[in-house]
Amino acid sequence: MIINHPLLGPRDAQEFTYLGDAALINRPDWQAEDAAEQFYAYQYLRDNPAGEHRELWFHEGGDRSWLVVTRNTVTHEISNVELARDVARSQGRSK
Amino acid sequence: MRYSGFRVIKEALTGHKGWTPAWRDPEPQSAYDIVIIGGGGHGLATAYYLAKKYGEKKIAVLEKGWIGGGNVGRNTTIIRSNYLLDGNEPFYEMSLKLWEGLEQDFNYNAMISQRGILNLIHTDAQRDAFTRRGNAMILNGADAVMLSTDQIKAEYPFLNVNDARFPIKGGLAQRRGGTVRHDAVAWGYARGADSRGVDIIQNCEVTGFRIEQGACVGVETSRGFIGAKKVGAAVAGSSGRLMAKAGMRLPIESHVLQAFVSEGLKPLLPGVITFGAGHFYCSQSDKGGLVFGGDIDGYNSYAQRGNLPVVEDVCEGGMAILPAIGRARLLRMWGGIMDMSMDGSPIIDKTHIDGLYFNGGWCYGGFKATPASGLCFAHLLATDTPHEVATAYRFDRFQRGYMIDEKGMGAQPNLH
Repeated sequence: MIINHPLLGPRDAQEFTYLGDAALINRPDWQAEDAAEQFYAYQYLRDNPAGEHRELWFHEGGDRSWLVVTRNTVTHEISNVELARDVARSQGRSK
Repeated sequence: MRYSGFRVIKEALTGHKGWTPAWRDPEPQSAYDIVIIGGGGHGLATAYYLAKKYGEKKIAVLEKGWIGGGNVGRNTTIIRSNYLLDGNEPFYEMSLKLWEGLEQDFNYNAMISQRGILNLIHTDAQRDAFTRRGNAMILNGADAVMLSTDQIKAEYPFLNVNDARFPIKGGLAQRRGGTVRHDAVAWGYARGADSRGVDIIQNCEVTGFRIEQGACVGVETSRGFIGAKKVGAAVAGSSGRLMAKAGMRLPIESHVLQAFVSEGLKPLLPGVITFGAGHFYCSQSDKGGLVFGGDIDGYNSYAQRGNLPVVEDVCEGGMAILPAIGRARLLRMWGGIMDMSMDGSPIIDKTHIDGLYFNGGWCYGGFKATPASGLCFAHLLATDTPHEVATAYRFDRFQRGYMIDEKGMGAQPNLH
């Protein structure tokens, strides 16, 4: 697979390590009433779709940026690559 | 029809006119007591033990394609019980004991061959870990023996003992481990279940669950609604997308694992060899092909095919430990989809929906578990209580902090 890095252009997926579902960006509020329940779901449960999947890849052998890659789990086709930082900011995160 | 040597001779003398299909091809009935989703090894074994051991009568196995066309037809056929943890080892040892009596039990030649499995050791730390594992196996009634480098040289003279990075310093062997003709496992269980009245319904895809007032009352399929008092899902690899139809999110990711077979060669490997440090394991099939594989690709996939970097990695591991493999040509390679669970161990449990039961999360170790998985799932479906060797395989273990994490990797499925 070739991941089209937003800053560096097309890079071999071998340069990256894989973390999992991009929902992992959204860590629950540790002060919430049901924080234990939320963290259980955050840590252990997955949508695991057959089809389009937004997922986190880390450019370990490159610029060490985290990317959100939209990839089809049935065809392995990659349709979109964003910097995870941009995704988090677009969701209202400040840092 | 019972298979026997006498039967073969009789049929040979009478023109082979007496053989009948090994199982029927029935139309689905409108309702069953128990419906098993998934006509793979685990689903067929479950139906077999439900009918044979637990005396259940109206059972159906629903398969979206043909039986044995999923992971039971795609694995590398290894059986073993070399686990460390209490939640796992008694289960896998029971499975190995069931393998040992399986062919007589279901009257089918599954070519079970206890040719042994060897895990190679390269460092002192690994020796400590494998010694501990061997002791845990022995404590649970399994067999284990530590081999010295000299013993390994004598038994496996073709291994590269002096690799600069991973010199062989010994090994943990389980002599009762081995290989099985994998397709025959599905066929044997199918035939055994069918002869006891189980309806095996192929080309019947489950498209949804009918859930009324918190209870599952049947399944919607490509061949119409089929009612059921109890529904058991055994579709490892596709557990995520099946259980999503019941509104469930699972502690599972689907990943692709590749496997390879070389051209047929004269007998070379006496047993199964695992080179964990180099992500490579290998055995030789009765047809002579070297059957080998390595790690999962490491990203979510339902594609049943992987990518080239893992092919390269596996072949590098093979060349490092078994240089002779470089002279063999590759005949086939393929991918299968694994339910990778959050702790690397499986789940056999009820769900929060009454009448809906789940069997999955087998990671890349489901084949060896087939008999015990079927027996334990049948026990759960028939009695509503977990089998004594499967009490740890609960859904709630993640929430309660009772993970069964053999590798100590944490909730990172692609590392198990």
